[in-house]
Amino acid sequence: MGSRVKPKLAVWKFASCDGCQLSLLDCEDELLAVAGKVEIANFPEASRAVVSGPYDISLVEGSITTPHDAERIHQVRRASKFLITIGACATAGGIQALRNFKNVKDFISIVYATPRYIETLNKSTPIADHVFVDFELRGCPINKYQLVEVISAYLMGRKPNVPTHSVCTECKRRQVVCVMVAHGTPCLGPVTQVGCGALCPSYHRGCYGCFGPKETPNTTSLGKRWLELGVSHEDIVRGFRNFNAYSEAFRRESEAHEPHIRE
Amino acid sequence: MSKQLSLKMPKARTERAEESKFILEASHLGQLLSALIGKGYRAIGPTVRDGAIVYDELHSLRDLPVGYTDEQAPGCYRLEKGGGRAFFNYTVGPQSWKKFLHPPSLRLWKADREDHRFQVVQEIEQTTKFAFLGVRSCELQAILIQDKVFMGGQFVDPVYQACRDNIFVVAVNCTKPGGTCFCQSMGTGPKATVGFDLALTEVLEAKAHYFVLEVGSKKGAEVLAEIPYRQADKKRIQTANRILARSAKRMGRAMDQTNLKELLYKNYEHPRWKEVASRCLSCANCTMACPTCFCTTVEDLTDLTGQHAERWRKWDSCFAMDFSYIYGGSVRRSVKSRYRQWMTHKLATWVDQFGMSGCVGCGRCITWCPVGIDITEEVRAIRGQTSKPKSPKSYKEKN
Repeated sequence: MGSRVKPKLAVWKFASCDGCQLSLLDCEDELLAVAGKVEIANFPEASRAVVSGPYDISLVEGSITTPHDAERIHQVRRASKFLITIGACATAGGIQALRNFKNVKDFISIVYATPRYIETLNKSTPIADHVFVDFELRGCPINKYQLVEVISAYLMGRKPNVPTHSVCTECKRRQVVCVMVAHGTPCLGPVTQVGCGALCPSYHRGCYGCFGPKETPNTTSLGKRWLELGVSHEDIVRGFRNFNAYSEAFRRESEAHEPHIRE
Repeated sequence: MSKQLSLKMPKARTERAEESKFILEASHLGQLLSALIGKGYRAIGPTVRDGAIVYDELHSLRDLPVGYTDEQAPGCYRLEKGGGRAFFNYTVGPQSWKKFLHPPSLRLWKADREDHRFQVVQEIEQTTKFAFLGVRSCELQAILIQDKVFMGGQFVDPVYQACRDNIFVVAVNCTKPGGTCFCQSMGTGPKATVGFDLALTEVLEAKAHYFVLEVGSKKGAEVLAEIPYRQADKKRIQTANRILARSAKRMGRAMDQTNLKELLYKNYEHPRWKEVASRCLSCANCTMACPTCFCTTVEDLTDLTGQHAERWRKWDSCFAMDFSYIYGGSVRRSVKSRYRQWMTHKLATWVDQFGMSGCVGCGRCITWCPVGIDITEEVRAIRGQTSKPKSPKSYKEKN
């Protein structure tokens, strides 16, 4: 890249809590280095100064939940050379994808005083359901070091080191005692992609699955084991219906347990 | 001790005194620890952390899990403080000594850009002298296997060798085998026969608490000379032998090794592989907990400025999709092929590769599998001796 003009980076928000894009501001030590290497051209959370597109890198946060956003994401795609989705909302539909398991109209009538003002889609869907995505960075929220790694890799023209294996791998590398085997704590680690550095198990908590399904996740076997640990079907459904509820593997597992819930 | 596992003794056992057995009173164990620390060793041994016995630095005997016992079953480990004075009344936990000899994450080198060149800075090898206290026989055999892997061929792993050459091993013979132990059938325990500097058998009686001590090397004899001990009498030697003989009969599991290599070579297409894949999480816990699994991946990193690069080596697993990634994709995409690869390597191709089995019967892969897949059970199934897998002991049952 050397003497070339700095690549332009844009940050886009869809249905989300802003937590992932704030990870970029949270980079602190690395932030100046980021600003030194890329031109932050469109990032409303950081600056009102907007440079017009096209953009070399677009970081897209959030899921598609409205007809307006379903249009807007195509504009973003057209204006972006390299589109990276960041976070569970953008990669799996987010926590708001819980609506996908129910009828959204029922919620609208309960929550809003004037439901007719609300224009929303039946489902909350990941960005990749709408446009081509060059790279997906998982997590709720994303890991800022992974974000820096992806940007660094882009700048150097190399493959980012973002593994897709289980959280267990990281637990064992860190020599964390397995909470499931040693304490009987239900943990999603064996079916979840690493990225957090095995944060929860290192604090004696089961993994909540923030980074979504790992490659080839065997949720059926894990669900069966949770039952043996004494977890109810209802709690298994809750366990899989979290930030990545609508990712295919987690969705299928929660749906498999749903009919067994005793009223 | 099986013949195929016999490797060259690291130190000659020539002096007659080293062959003998001695008594170390339990009250003098602290002096052994002090002597090792005094000789500049960083003493590492079993200690309780997060509901399990792990290996970490020992500053005093208070760090040892005195009075603790463990219960182990497929997919289940529970630590209990039953009381009592025993120092070593438990079996191996989730960790193994490979975390020191073969670190989980290691920077191999870093490089800085200078004009249009890179200056590679090799890592300075800081060799720590470790004294491992409480190494079980299966673990010693695992270290001997990794010796062969890392130092036995044309290419020697310098990191492993630097650490390995400086360790002092205090073995502890197993007096309480666990529910997932099968070293007896693998010929790797419960008594340490090779590769130690000192070996202890703990004897706890109503009015006596002592260790029957054996010396395995000159280094061991030198340390022994610094602590109080006496010649072992016949009665006490017999007591220790009786405990170890009983221990050999109390293994929770067994693996029939008859024609095992040929059996696995003949059964690449056995229906059991598909069945085990339906339970296997491909989470890699078995390989990470295994004291002989040695695979690593290498990650190259650059920083944002492009001025600095690093190469890291990290534990990897044949259960990960990326592990078999080559141009065009992963070779072992199905979990079935990954489980088959692991077990066949461990028990069969390992023999062709290194002249010994890759399994020491420590049972870690059984205990620390979150869904309790039992390698001994899988071998029996391939032999056609069982068909239905046993469900791991449930938490409810245990509590």
